[in-house]
Amino acid sequence: MELSPVFFYVFGALAIACALMVVLAKSPVTSAFSLILVFFAFAAIYAMLGAHLIAALQIIVYAGAIMVLFVFVIMLLDVTRDTGEAGKPHPILMALSVLAAMSLLAVFVWAFKNTGTPAILGPFTTEAITAAGGNTQVVSELMFSEYILPFELTSVLLLGAIIGTVAIAKRQMSAARKGGGK
Amino acid sequence: MNQVEPWVVLSFSSIIFMIGFTGILIRKNILVILMCIELMLNAVNLTFVTYSTLLQDMAGQMSVFFIITVAAAESAVGLALVIAMFRTLRSVSTEEIQLLRE
Repeated sequence: MELSPVFFYVFGALAIACALMVVLAKSPVTSAFSLILVFFAFAAIYAMLGAHLIAALQIIVYAGAIMVLFVFVIMLLDVTRDTGEAGKPHPILMALSVLAAMSLLAVFVWAFKNTGTPAILGPFTTEAITAAGGNTQVVSELMFSEYILPFELTSVLLLGAIIGTVAIAKRQMSAARKGGGK
Repeated sequence: MNQVEPWVVLSFSSIIFMIGFTGILIRKNILVILMCIELMLNAVNLTFVTYSTLLQDMAGQMSVFFIITVAAAESAVGLALVIAMFRTLRSVSTEEIQLLRE
């Protein structure tokens, strides 16, 4: 893999530190901004792995759209106020969670380390991708040929999500209006 | 060794996944729990991209594209539910969700 070790370790350490901040920060605003840094570090690693389109989408969709939505909801609910007294979890629960995560992590690392190198490789070598016009062109051509059906289904999913979101918000609004009228 | 071994990248993504997993288990704020779900989805995406590079196959990157779309839809619906919950309970703590117990 054409991954530069220095940059991988720099961005990896940044991502791990910020991910820990997401979990450990008191205020949800701190968590949200740490999460944005995690997304940027991931985008850098995607770009180094050669997935240029995914790196761009990561920044546009995750850091641009999803996190704006999160920050907007935090602002709307004004939750910075009432997180102080939200008590810490039970120490036993916390210890068990960390233990479970650590043991699963050990299993994953062991499995990844002991998996042999794959025997069957696909046709998309670095040279083939460069010859075909770069990562973005290759992914886009696949998206509109081989993966056209999932791509169209994605639009149905997004439509469903839009309708669901509006339905949830609308029912609450009419309930609030009814409650206010009484 | 001037290269990063694939298992190091995959282990890195499992570390991020497990940080998100721990966050879901120990945090009470439902907004932070949603953020931890995003962390876990990102870790899985990195695994897909790593294997896509490793196996020289584009199916992994296509999967990541669809996962990003689903994550966007999921967080939109999830945040709408959080707003609905806040309107009903005046709180974003998971400890307050006990309407069925009353």
